[in-house]
Amino acid sequence: MAIADLNLEQRARTREGFPAWLARRGTAFWVVAVLLLVMPAIASPFWLVQIFAYSMILGLVALGLMFLAGYGGIVSLAQMTVAACAGYLVAILGDSAISQISLHWPWWMAAPVAILVATLFGTLSGALSVRTEGIYTIMITLAIASAFYYLALQNYTIFNGFSGFNGIKPPVFLGVDWGQNLPFYYLTLACSALAYGAVIYVSRAPFGLALQGTRDNPRRMAALGFDVVAHRIAAYAFASFIAACAGVLLVWYQRQISPGTAGVGPVVDMLIIAVVGGLSRPIGPFIGALVYVLLRTFSLDMLEGVGLDGKRYQLLIGLGFLVIVLFSPDGLIGIWQRLRERYRKGSEAREAGMRIGGGSP
Amino acid sequence: MSDFVARRPIWSLVIIFAVGILAWLIFSVWTPGMEAMLGRKRVFLSALFNGITLGALYFLVASGFTLIFGLMRNVNLAHGSLYLFGGYLGYSVGHLTGSWLLALLAAFIVVGIVGVLMQVLLFRWMEGQDLRQTLVTIGLSIIFADLLLWNYGGDTFQVTTPDWLSGPVQLPFVVALRGNGDPVMMTYPLVRLAILVGAIIVGVLMWLALNRTRVGMLVRAGVDDRDMLSATGVRVQLVFVMIFAFGAGLAGLAGVIGGTFQSLQPGEDTKILLSSLVVVIVGGMGSIPGAAIGALIVGLAEQFGSVYMPTYAVMLTFVIMVAVLAVRPQGLAARR
Repeated sequence: MAIADLNLEQRARTREGFPAWLARRGTAFWVVAVLLLVMPAIASPFWLVQIFAYSMILGLVALGLMFLAGYGGIVSLAQMTVAACAGYLVAILGDSAISQISLHWPWWMAAPVAILVATLFGTLSGALSVRTEGIYTIMITLAIASAFYYLALQNYTIFNGFSGFNGIKPPVFLGVDWGQNLPFYYLTLACSALAYGAVIYVSRAPFGLALQGTRDNPRRMAALGFDVVAHRIAAYAFASFIAACAGVLLVWYQRQISPGTAGVGPVVDMLIIAVVGGLSRPIGPFIGALVYVLLRTFSLDMLEGVGLDGKRYQLLIGLGFLVIVLFSPDGLIGIWQRLRERYRKGSEAREAGMRIGGGSP
Repeated sequence: MSDFVARRPIWSLVIIFAVGILAWLIFSVWTPGMEAMLGRKRVFLSALFNGITLGALYFLVASGFTLIFGLMRNVNLAHGSLYLFGGYLGYSVGHLTGSWLLALLAAFIVVGIVGVLMQVLLFRWMEGQDLRQTLVTIGLSIIFADLLLWNYGGDTFQVTTPDWLSGPVQLPFVVALRGNGDPVMMTYPLVRLAILVGAIIVGVLMWLALNRTRVGMLVRAGVDDRDMLSATGVRVQLVFVMIFAFGAGLAGLAGVIGGTFQSLQPGEDTKILLSSLVVVIVGGMGSIPGAAIGALIVGLAEQFGSVYMPTYAVMLTFVIMVAVLAVRPQGLAARR
């Protein structure tokens, strides 16, 4: 399987401190980090929140999927459902315009409980789908996701049915209104950076290595005494936790939540984001999310600019996804890596050629 | 059959008992006490029949899905799109020619050809890469959905029922008694019964083809061990293309049928895909009898759910799926 290429480098460097890890980053890492930190000085509020913050939130949801698929070999479509579950819980437990349902808890109680319960939900659905393997998992998680969607759609006593909840406000805390553009951008940036770091850390911790082992050869891992099922369920729990945090951010970003958030379309979109970005590295989902958000936002103008019907952006997304899956199974990351390899090989060959003086046999 | 009775005496008793109660519920005249408990008999009977005929539709869709999955390990998430495409196509053909049978035939053949193209152009080149194939089918389903939306818009279509199938028919079931003691018989749309009969015929033919013909033997062998089959010199690719064409064609056919007694609109593709997913998970993947059992269960659950607990009707189907997964993860009719 294309995504199952175990990164041998990572295995060799199992243990290293955070400073050592930081020192080893290339220029690209620092450029991106600095660019993201000073982004508010360059970008307009629209770009800051509608494009970058939104992509980071979607990237967070897809990051959980990338963790499951890339390190655990489990392709779960229930990630967006866990996020939507957390979002719904924030609306139900906290404050919203639907005051006959909302319980009006303060945010510092509502948000953690929402994350906790959503993580629990994700872990339970993981425990259910872990009984099946590989390709079956996609089917079962898709079925679980649509079950949640229909429940939210048809239940009016808790989920307020079709219209869902609106008027959800991000909290005011430490004298800062976190719904403002600048604080919200930095909040999502901090969450993304933390989750990104956490995924990298866990993937190199003993648990992550064992998980990668269960991906590559579950029977051998079981024979070695590892509890394969427990590792997979724990992976579900970790991924669900990331998705739940993203769900809380998402509901603060949208300021409303409705069944459409957890519909089959968004659920599949998460898989598209993760695959287009690349399932082999944690940065992949963020790149995929950025591309996806840019496409969604600008394809209308772009298509009409070329003289086509602007409503056909779904077609564009579908075609782009198909091309990526057909020609670069490891996503945009894979294309980038191959280009870099080729460039490096090219320059090495040139250097070698100069040393020998062109007289190779 | 007798084997089953010998192995599971208690379960056989329970099943016989349940069938007996069901038969009594269907044929007896309900007393006022029963009507107070279960609602009117007319409602119960029509839910039962709607559930069975809906199950027939699901069976047609899901049997193609399960055949393709069983043989090629390909989770065809574009199956719902094939269904919708067949339905729209049938509508257009029926509109042009005025013939329902021609619409059925056209949908079966054209969607079958689409299936052949999918297998030959795409899936053949990524054999054994389950995940990649599934991702490709996701991409295809998005593209199909948008192309269909482009062509047919967001309106609701319905395939016209032919004259010789329209209208109600009287069934020999007593719904209630009139004041003077005359029995009121149940009436039911003829087209739905015809679809049920058609689905049963298709199912029986498929069973015969799978169990009594050479091609069927190859398919069964392929489901069990694909590599071994190709090692014995069978042209596996040809079998694959045939099965993909047949499965896709069945989906197209079901699209016309679904368009006749339900409706066609964007979003119907995911709905039917999810139903066939649940059917296949409940029944057991790759098994035709499993698809039949699963389709019947899901169809009945949806109809009875919408009559007796309307808020949670869709949930009921998924609860059944979860229960089956928890008790028998490989599905009800799977052999493993």
